[in-house]
Amino acid sequence: MMNRWHILKRLTPLLAGMVLLLSACGRADLSALRPQGPVAEEQFGLMKLSITIMAFVVIVVFVIALYVIIRYRRRPGDKSIPVQVEGNHKLEIIWTVIPIVLLVILGVPTIKSVFGLAEDYSKDPNAIQVKVTAHQYWWEFEYPKEGVKTAQEMIIPNDAVISIEAKTADVLHSFWIPSLAGKIDTNPGGNVNKMYFKAPKEGVYLGKCAELCGPSHALMDFKVKSVDRASYDRWIAAQKAPVALPADKQLAETLTTNCLSCHAIGDGTGWAPNLTGIGSRGTVAGMLVNTDDAKYENEGTVQENLERWLKDPNEVKPGNKMGKIELSDEEIKSISKYLADLKIEY
Amino acid sequence: MDWLTTVDHKKIGILYLIAGGFFFLIGGLEAILIRIQLWRPLNDFVSASTFNELLTMHGTTMIFLAAMPLLFALMNAVVPLQIGARDVAFPFLNSLGFWTFFFGGVLLNVSWFAGGAPDAGWTSYVPLASPLYSEGKGVDYYVIGLQIAGIGTLIGGINFLATIINMRAPGMSFMRMPMFTWTVFITSALILFAFPALAVGLVALMFDRLFEANFFNVNNGGNTVLWEHIFWIFGHPEVYILILPAFGVISEVISTFSRKRLFGYSSMVFATVLIGFLGFMVWAHHMFTVGLGPVANALFSIATMLIAVPTGIKIFNWLFTMWGGSIRFTTANMFAVGFVPTFVMGGVTGVMLASAPADYQYHDTYFVVAHFHYVIVGGLILGIFAGLFYWWPKMFGRMLNETLGKICFWLFFTGFHLTFFVQHFLGLMGMPRRIYTYLDGLGFNNMNLISTVGAILMGLGTIAFLINIVITSMKPKNAAYDPWEDGRTLEWTIPSPAPEYNFAQTPLVRGYDAFWKEKMEGKNAMTPAEPLGPIHMPSPSILPFIMSIGLFIAGFGLMYHQHIITIAGLVITFGCMFTRSVKDDHGFHIEPDELHDKGVKA
Repeated sequence: MMNRWHILKRLTPLLAGMVLLLSACGRADLSALRPQGPVAEEQFGLMKLSITIMAFVVIVVFVIALYVIIRYRRRPGDKSIPVQVEGNHKLEIIWTVIPIVLLVILGVPTIKSVFGLAEDYSKDPNAIQVKVTAHQYWWEFEYPKEGVKTAQEMIIPNDAVISIEAKTADVLHSFWIPSLAGKIDTNPGGNVNKMYFKAPKEGVYLGKCAELCGPSHALMDFKVKSVDRASYDRWIAAQKAPVALPADKQLAETLTTNCLSCHAIGDGTGWAPNLTGIGSRGTVAGMLVNTDDAKYENEGTVQENLERWLKDPNEVKPGNKMGKIELSDEEIKSISKYLADLKIEY
Repeated sequence: MDWLTTVDHKKIGILYLIAGGFFFLIGGLEAILIRIQLWRPLNDFVSASTFNELLTMHGTTMIFLAAMPLLFALMNAVVPLQIGARDVAFPFLNSLGFWTFFFGGVLLNVSWFAGGAPDAGWTSYVPLASPLYSEGKGVDYYVIGLQIAGIGTLIGGINFLATIINMRAPGMSFMRMPMFTWTVFITSALILFAFPALAVGLVALMFDRLFEANFFNVNNGGNTVLWEHIFWIFGHPEVYILILPAFGVISEVISTFSRKRLFGYSSMVFATVLIGFLGFMVWAHHMFTVGLGPVANALFSIATMLIAVPTGIKIFNWLFTMWGGSIRFTTANMFAVGFVPTFVMGGVTGVMLASAPADYQYHDTYFVVAHFHYVIVGGLILGIFAGLFYWWPKMFGRMLNETLGKICFWLFFTGFHLTFFVQHFLGLMGMPRRIYTYLDGLGFNNMNLISTVGAILMGLGTIAFLINIVITSMKPKNAAYDPWEDGRTLEWTIPSPAPEYNFAQTPLVRGYDAFWKEKMEGKNAMTPAEPLGPIHMPSPSILPFIMSIGLFIAGFGLMYHQHIITIAGLVITFGCMFTRSVKDDHGFHIEPDELHDKGVKA
């Protein structure tokens, strides 16, 4: 008996260490193991609980298995016949009841959390309402109350509940910001899914599409940027402000015929990603990272990234709906320059 | 020719083994290509669309064309022998089941050469798989290939149900049946209920794709969630269809090589039945993020967790079968012993996934990829390896090489854990599944590299197994009746390989572990239940082969809208059915005085 408690004593720090190890895994703006908001924290709590229980089960099985394998291996020349045990009701009842107890320990908080996370904030006047529409292969974020539509980067205030209504314009996608909240599928038709989350810490969080949606499924990334309330208000205002077309008549003409038939800039309309303020976004097309200090293949300055995109969108995101637009190198340069300068202050 | 017309369950078992093994190699090759593409960020080894084809075909091939037939190989090779039967209940159907599976599988793989394999994932979710978003023929190959292969599986399942219910030797009550036969019995019952759901779903999708029906077209009143329900009502039981026979194999192998009877036999049977039942109650746990609402999610969470209870019973029963035994570490037993902790790891992540709110994080990430590979590779494939090493002498009359076997085990086992253990963490760190590339700097690089190295080790392990087969096949057929010396069940009472009539005289079963019981009473053979007499045998037939070719041709006709070809194919199939119906064929008899020439050795 003493011996067994001894083992447990040794295991406890091991388990504690494992939980610590887990919580250090991955990038804080991406990993589900480093939650940055209450919803992800609640989910991480369930993970920790289940991992602890499961680690306990695994260790018990491993210990018994190792013991048995070592203790009862057949010695050479051993012809003896072991006792043919039929079973043992007491033992069998024990290993039926213990799992049931463990499952109750896990099941109760699970159910509590299922209902807790299903709470509906879509009518709450204090919550920020965002309608998320997934497209092959980009994300549209509409703020119906504010009358603002944007793409790829969702700006949210850090002091409110964000209430999401998600659907898709084409195939199934799944909306996922690991460090803030679990995912919800986007279904077509009238099938609108709701979820909510909060991002109390200011920062940029990486979001991903989690449902196979075609060739560029891997590249359907987006960002969630949590800012303070004042910045958020400034951003909303800036999104609604009119945007001037380029002063150069020729360029304005090219832009209108080639880009603005699908995209919107300022208060225009269009089915393709809204380009207002594209110059101040963190990425082009969700995955060409804008930075002045490029380290990886998919990084570059805003203008370089825009040029790369405009040259051949299919090379960046295979199968996307934009397709190649016939533009001269010069036109690509000037359009990229114009777009890169479309910055908004907030 | 003999192999095309055979209706002998042992030969059909070997056919299943060859075909299933072949598709396993194709699926494995696809897996390695997938892992090569992912070994570093922003790799361009294959294109995005090729990657989606690879991952779809890897999943589909491994589940339907490798795992299922390899199990059918073991079922065919062993079950009739274990229950003391001379054949399966419907030998002709058995052959038909094999050939429809085979031609369905070939049809699926033809897609690689016909301008594009299916690329909507093995789950083939609509609308991605609908004609609107998947214009090529790929998904057509998926629906028609799987439909034809599925017929084979359904026929096989029904056949084994009938066999196990009707053809047990005198004295073999249900509670004396070997554990493997029990699990095959439950699996067959699951096939009977699950595969029609798949067939219906595939027909609906086929109509959507070929004839512009609107089952899943939202714009015309269809419903995409409907496909998910239909798919998983089949798809979840399918997992248990796969894993239960592996449980059976493990029970046999561990018990034999521990020289001990299975601990808690009746609770094992009970657990098997319960797992089979619960397997049908939990399909929506694949759909926690679909938005079914908290009530459905809560119910399916709890139902799913409950499966852990019977599974736990099994695990501890295996451990306590070894407890106090005299364990011999043959290759077969190493696979079986390796299975237990590995499967437990896959099982506990299953319980973690069952907690719906946490699943919102796990779903569709590498955590899930890790989980189901732990269950299917760490469970099923280790089980199949154990079964193959264990029954190889009974199937072929030769013992596989033990040294090469152990090399195979260690390469495969280490490679497996290396590949999939780290994937749990990749998933939790934010790596979605089914992505053809990932950006640099996200922290995914090292673990993906490790995973790829592991996959290559698994490939080497498989090669070791192939070498083993080649070397073994060059040796003489000299395996003993009971080559492991601790055989407990009826298949070890007859020569290796078994003669075509299996048992010259049907044995009389006097208890659980029938052969062991006789051995313990000092006998080395079963008491026969009947006098020696002429043995009735079914005639071989080419019809199943031709019928399947008919379906194969009709499949092409449907896909390319050449309805004359469709009709021609169906005429072939129905013509064969007609011939079979009107032609009287009573088979033939093997007379007692011929028995000695037909493989019986002293």
